[in-house]
Amino acid sequence: MKILAIDASGLVASVSILEDDKMVGEYTLNHTRNHSVTLLPLVDALIQATDSKPEDFDYIALAGGPGSFTGLRIGAATAKGLAFSWKKPIISVPTIDALCYNVFGVEGIVCPILDARRNQTYTGIYRFEEKDGESTLLTIDEQKACDINSLIERLNELGEKVTFLGDGVPVFKDTIDEKLKVEHRYAPAHQSRQRASSVGMLAFRYAKEGKIEDTFTHRPIYLRETQAERERKMREGK
Amino acid sequence: MLILGIESSCDETAAAVVEDGRVLKSNVISTQIPIHTLYGGVVPEIASRKHVERISQVVDKALSDASVTLDDIDCVGVTYGPGLVGPLLVGTSFAKSMAYAAKKPLVGVHHIEGHISANYLEHPDLKPPFLCLIVSGGHTHLVRVKDYGEYDILGRTVDDAAGEAFDKVARAIGLGYPGGPKVEKISYEGDCDAIEFPQAKVSDHPYDFSFSGLKSAVLNYLNAEKMKGNEINRADVAASFQKSVVESLVKRAEMAIEEFGTDTFAIAGGVSSNGVFRAAMEEMCAKHNVRFVAPSPILCTDNGAMIASAAYYDYQKGYRSGLDLNAIPNLKLGER
Repeated sequence: MKILAIDASGLVASVSILEDDKMVGEYTLNHTRNHSVTLLPLVDALIQATDSKPEDFDYIALAGGPGSFTGLRIGAATAKGLAFSWKKPIISVPTIDALCYNVFGVEGIVCPILDARRNQTYTGIYRFEEKDGESTLLTIDEQKACDINSLIERLNELGEKVTFLGDGVPVFKDTIDEKLKVEHRYAPAHQSRQRASSVGMLAFRYAKEGKIEDTFTHRPIYLRETQAERERKMREGK
Repeated sequence: MLILGIESSCDETAAAVVEDGRVLKSNVISTQIPIHTLYGGVVPEIASRKHVERISQVVDKALSDASVTLDDIDCVGVTYGPGLVGPLLVGTSFAKSMAYAAKKPLVGVHHIEGHISANYLEHPDLKPPFLCLIVSGGHTHLVRVKDYGEYDILGRTVDDAAGEAFDKVARAIGLGYPGGPKVEKISYEGDCDAIEFPQAKVSDHPYDFSFSGLKSAVLNYLNAEKMKGNEINRADVAASFQKSVVESLVKRAEMAIEEFGTDTFAIAGGVSSNGVFRAAMEEMCAKHNVRFVAPSPILCTDNGAMIASAAYYDYQKGYRSGLDLNAIPNLKLGER
């Protein structure tokens, strides 16, 4: 099974090609957020560098969200365009789940945090569980948008050692260090940002589970309504 | 040569197939107007979300309506500006990767060039040079079309676009969004000479337009009447406001005919559907013995066909866009 994976959900633009047990290639840029200019050239360069043929791909995997609204849409529109012409299915992998795969197998709780502005974070709580000699990702709290303080409260409640990663780390580190009572650490730079290969690895699992979308059905997972929708609901007292 | 045109610069997700820049094979427009009506105007984030949900369906339908497949397409054209950045990014990102994956050339198209080109679809014999007035919710431009893809901009709005003024006045008199068709409809019940609204001139730039003063004059009138306890005749306000907009558009068009001379005068853009504006332009052009052309209403609104037509002429001139084509929200006409 061969997968082209894309992640444009945050500051990083990342593309990867994976085949069965092999990560064939990955280009990851964490430089400027200009995905509309960089993403497709990265896809093209990787396809050429790996002598890949579009007909060989079984799936296009995508970090489906949450993340930057614009980034998610550039990723989604790009994946949809490829899927449209190549007639390939799309696998949408939750961004936060994919981030966990960057630190596969660590002990204790894994807690990716993305900066969602105004003290909010896109986050989730996970653990790698050893079972029959294999490590699998277990979701404790599914990905969601929440206030950083309520996340810290929840982690204090769980009382386990935590590994943080994601672009929310530089934003929330001081708050976490001040308020989190349990032992915690931060993933190093090479593991701390979105990687398309992590998206691709989880996509293999989704493919087996039949969680498959296509160019017509895929929608980004924003986890948040637009401001206009929220304000309208407030006005209408809903 | 078959071109697939894709347009998503505002609140319409649209795609069309056009042959040789002139022959409409299909024209699919998925409008978001009912959604944005809830908010009294276009909400960019909602528009962007809807585009990403609809784009594949719209492009697929454009192909099937034209009874072709992607293999039959020779080139993909896409609007890359001007417009709302979020919506533009959906169209450009999709068009780029779709064209790339199908190994088709891609041409980024200027939205206003698209509107002008709608006239090529409507009038197969129309050729440059001609004068053109493009009037929509986002744009008001008076241009000399010297050749395909070559323009002299004579004038443009210095503040609000004409269609924007329609939307704002419609909101102020409680007609809702979109303002253009609603103002026109109610105007037929009113007296266009009931209230005298001003027509702004831009000093030293006789061909430029300004509509924000007119909009303020309408708002001031509404406030003053309210203070006096008078009931407002919405039809009179709409008719009088519309007359002021139409007169200031037609006046500059006439000046351009007198100064530059032309065989043909074209109008384009959403406001070109306005019956009062069309009639006034037709009458003025007849007076000067100038042929008047306009696209039918379905081609006045944002659509993919006009983008495909413009892309055809851009393609003939050798323009190609790369995988790094970006959305440019404030793209100027004539720039690349």
